[in-house]
Amino acid sequence: MAFKRPDGRKLEEIRPMMAKIGVVPNADGSAIFSFGKTVAIAAVYGPRLLHPQHMQDPKSAVLRVNYDLLSFSVSDRKKPGPSRRSQEISKVTEWALSPALDLKEFPNTVIDVQIYILQANASTRVAGINAASMALAQAGIPMKDLVCAVSVGKMDKDLVLDVNDEEEHFEDGEGATDMATARLANSDKWTLLQLDGKIQPDLYPKALSLADKAFAKIYEVQKKALKSVMEEEK
Amino acid sequence: MKNFNDGNNDENYEEFTGVAEPTSRTVVVPGEVVASGDDFLAGEGARKEGSNVVASRYGLAEKVGRVVKIIPFSGAFIPRRNNVVIGRVNDIVHSGWIVDIDYAQNGFLPLMESPRFVNKHEMDQFLAIGDVVAAKVWNVSPKGIDLAMKGKGLGKLEGGFVFRVNPSRVPRIIGREGSMINLIKEKTGCNVTIGQNGWVWIKGNDIDSELRTRRAIEFIAEKVLVSGLTEKMEEWFSKNK
Repeated sequence: MAFKRPDGRKLEEIRPMMAKIGVVPNADGSAIFSFGKTVAIAAVYGPRLLHPQHMQDPKSAVLRVNYDLLSFSVSDRKKPGPSRRSQEISKVTEWALSPALDLKEFPNTVIDVQIYILQANASTRVAGINAASMALAQAGIPMKDLVCAVSVGKMDKDLVLDVNDEEEHFEDGEGATDMATARLANSDKWTLLQLDGKIQPDLYPKALSLADKAFAKIYEVQKKALKSVMEEEK
Repeated sequence: MKNFNDGNNDENYEEFTGVAEPTSRTVVVPGEVVASGDDFLAGEGARKEGSNVVASRYGLAEKVGRVVKIIPFSGAFIPRRNNVVIGRVNDIVHSGWIVDIDYAQNGFLPLMESPRFVNKHEMDQFLAIGDVVAAKVWNVSPKGIDLAMKGKGLGKLEGGFVFRVNPSRVPRIIGREGSMINLIKEKTGCNVTIGQNGWVWIKGNDIDSELRTRRAIEFIAEKVLVSGLTEKMEEWFSKNK
């Protein structure tokens, strides 16, 4: 019997997505992106001078990402401030985004990306990456491509797209596995593959092709949000 | 929504770029193929991938002849040669002034650029720390940004006040061949200088007209992609006496 998703979605169905840019007036670029109840907001500042000076790179700009859950984003209040988890996610987000950027133009500077999760219902890091890639585009940073990200899960023996919180804690059969994935939108360059759990080697390529299908949809949402700004200003 | 492909909105286009005769324009996101075929060349904000011209930035893509370039509509100020900028003197060093121009690097204004002789030991007699200047970007290199101050409308800005708008709105505020800025100057009687870095300096005879000028400029900055803005501004001035 196939796995039945608690929220009634089909196995390959993503939660409804929402995307909007220009949500933080004082940032150089900003965006909000959501997968159902998971909402991420990203703000980009820079390029600006990097201090302390020893962190500067005379050949290119430095990308600095800060990811955090806001204290009210989860049901048990999250203690504010950096944690082991948020530092790890900041770092992998940085690695997921930097292959898309072209930072040679701005030596000795820093581009700050702040990602905050307003509401968490699993898959927060991929929502954050989607928001951040739109925010970087709006900030006018030269980019090779947008970055799309989605989580792929394995519930017992079935592969699913866009894991939610309830599914993350699924324990029957082989249990729950989830994998955060990100890829440049118009190429096959993967920038994030973070597996949490177990998966059979033959299912791995299937999981990636499932993610590929999701990227096409996510890319359309991102593109639409960036292009619709023109309409709103009329 | 206005179709940016139809090629009939030349007025809107020109106010945006100051260049004539577009063949087409569209909003593009980074990584999007703007044109394909070996007939096209990649201009600013675009790159060549095989025979395709691909956007590197988010903005308005336009084809002028064979060249495809992208005009970004948002983001921080990035200095280019010949940009007029307004900055604030940050420091005085032995051979010139260090000017904050709202970019990651400070601008450097050499002593030689002052219009009259300045004693090396009394440089603050001419420009002191905190003074505001209008200058031109003379050179951009990894070592720094050199400024020049010889030219019409450039120099120390005395009196009035400075405020900031989004740098991407500056071409709109200036208008085609300065049409918008001239309209504002004419209607308010104030002296206005706009830097490409988004700093605006206003000086008038009284504070009321200065504030009215500021409101007018902020109104344009909000309505950046509306077409026929010059007519809308005429209307605004008649409503906001």
